Amino acid sequence: MTPAWNSTRWLLSHTPGSKVQARLGRIYMGWLTFRSNPIGMTGLVIVALLVAVAILAPWLSEHTPFTQSLPDRLRPPSHDHWFGTDELGRDIFSRIVHGTRITLLIVCLVVIVAAPLGLVVGSVSGYFGGWLDIVAMRITDIVLAFPRLILALAFVAALGPGLENAVIAIAVTAWPPYARIARAETMTIRHSDFINAARLQGATHFRVITCHVFPMCASSLIIRVSLDMAGIILTAAGLGFLGLGAQPPAPEWGAMVSSGRQFMLDQWWVAAIPGLAILIVSLGFNLLGDGLRDVLDPRSH
Amino acid sequence: MDGKFSVSRRRAVGAVRTTSRLVFSVVLTFIGLLLVTFLIGRVIPVDPVLTAVGDRATADVYERTRIELGLHLPLYEQFWQYLVKILGGDLGYSVLTANPVTEDIRRVFPATLELATVSAFIGIFLGVPMGVLAAVHRGRWPDHLIRVVSLLGYSVPVFWLGLMGLLLFYAKLDWVAGPGRLDIFLEDLVDPVTGVILVDSALAGNWEVFTSAVRHLALPASILGYFSLAYISRMTRGFMLEQLSKEYVTTARAKGLSEFRVVWRHALGNAMVPLLTVIALTYASLLEGSVLTETVFAWPGLGLYITNSLLTADMNAVLGGTLVVGAVFIGVNLLSDVLYTVFDPRSR
Repeated sequence: MTPAWNSTRWLLSHTPGSKVQARLGRIYMGWLTFRSNPIGMTGLVIVALLVAVAILAPWLSEHTPFTQSLPDRLRPPSHDHWFGTDELGRDIFSRIVHGTRITLLIVCLVVIVAAPLGLVVGSVSGYFGGWLDIVAMRITDIVLAFPRLILALAFVAALGPGLENAVIAIAVTAWPPYARIARAETMTIRHSDFINAARLQGATHFRVITCHVFPMCASSLIIRVSLDMAGIILTAAGLGFLGLGAQPPAPEWGAMVSSGRQFMLDQWWVAAIPGLAILIVSLGFNLLGDGLRDVLDPRSH
Repeated sequence: MDGKFSVSRRRAVGAVRTTSRLVFSVVLTFIGLLLVTFLIGRVIPVDPVLTAVGDRATADVYERTRIELGLHLPLYEQFWQYLVKILGGDLGYSVLTANPVTEDIRRVFPATLELATVSAFIGIFLGVPMGVLAAVHRGRWPDHLIRVVSLLGYSVPVFWLGLMGLLLFYAKLDWVAGPGRLDIFLEDLVDPVTGVILVDSALAGNWEVFTSAVRHLALPASILGYFSLAYISRMTRGFMLEQLSKEYVTTARAKGLSEFRVVWRHALGNAMVPLLTVIALTYASLLEGSVLTETVFAWPGLGLYITNSLLTADMNAVLGGTLVVGAVFIGVNLLSDVLYTVFDPRSR
């Protein structure tokens, strides 16, 4: 009756034959848990849609996001312009669609800068302890003591407005919580047997940290990062709204809300729709983070 | 007698030790804050000497001004001078308003304080009961409803919500007043005793101004209050779930206490200790979170002051404002730590 090779059985085997099989099995188990979580799945669908829209942007939009057409300015949503047009006659739907790329770019860049920085600072200071630890944690405390948006504002003020500087400013304010988490995880395992065993076998500190400590910090870090992504999107949009993020004519959603502000009374869609896009995307990341926490965080079971 | 004395003395010593450690860390953090604002002020691409003398000045004048401003000194000496200046309450002059920044901040801060305080009250008085309800009805519809409300609160851009609120409740329904703190024809009618218009107008007995202030405050305060509600209700839910699973709750129930008393008095009483920290942090973040809200509602507070200065590259004002918000943040953090040690005997 049983087929010769059953992929589910292979994945869920109690006696995995190889490292790869065991690891894939674990991922599959996590996926099964995640799949039964409606909140997390909703978030995953929203985020997957966001990524798909960003990739397919040029094919999804009939108009380009930059072509101005002054006779067609401030048209209400219609068959030709699904979300209407803005004050320069640009198609808002195309701008929203292309704006997904900017949003994703900001989130990815901030995470790529902040998460490894926090991971390295946290795990190194947790692993070695002593003065290094005290100094590093003092610095994280100082950055944490700053209100994040204000600090980002001050940095953008110093560096000048623009997408790259906004990313730097947000990343500078985003890493300390990651350092805290990585440090806490490292402290709990640094005296455990498998670390000592690795050391006795002659592994260098560098090897122990990169091959044994980093993977142990990964799951808590992933949860925190995914929960932070919504906050990153909102901060970036806030900077854009204040005119300090991506500069015109880039279709950044926060800046679009800001430019629609003056027409709000009669042409509500110019400001309303980009804001709704921000809301949906950050909601998606929040839901995804919530679901991931249920899967990856053993304490929440 | 003797034993009791030594216990209380040990407690006092412990309290002093905790407090001195807290004060030490706060001083260090504050110096760090100053260092950051100092460095930001140094890396800006704007040449402070050129701003002072203009680009027509001779090299001689330029050099003299540079020395007058202390910019020829090594960086650590410049930082020391900066420290001394700040501690003396001198934040420099604002280019935009031509006033000392300290004076500007003193003028705009009450507006922010008023908005943040009213919002915090909204957040606490709605958020705490909501969190308790969610914990009591865990997994049923009140819990789900409150989860959705708080998730939306975490996800919605504040500036957009403010604009949509203005569109609906001001422009379409006319329930509340528009941007600003008062109707224009009522401005400057009341002596600014505290700078908080609600208090000032009540003191002066001018109810027309008071009503106008309430109408202007209602929308921005509700919106900021919603954000603190989202956070407070979620945290309250967590703390209450933890308390309700403890044995003293079972004991209280077994003794026949009413469920109302068990939940709202025994469990909430104990959950209040960590909640105080959460509330303090919420209050601090409200002072900060008002940057975008104040911009949307043209609310003449610290946040609007900082953003306006930013857009004109008025660095003294930006860094002064950052410093004040950071200092308030550190202060509130310290306060919440102290409250925690006062109310939770285990942490002593």
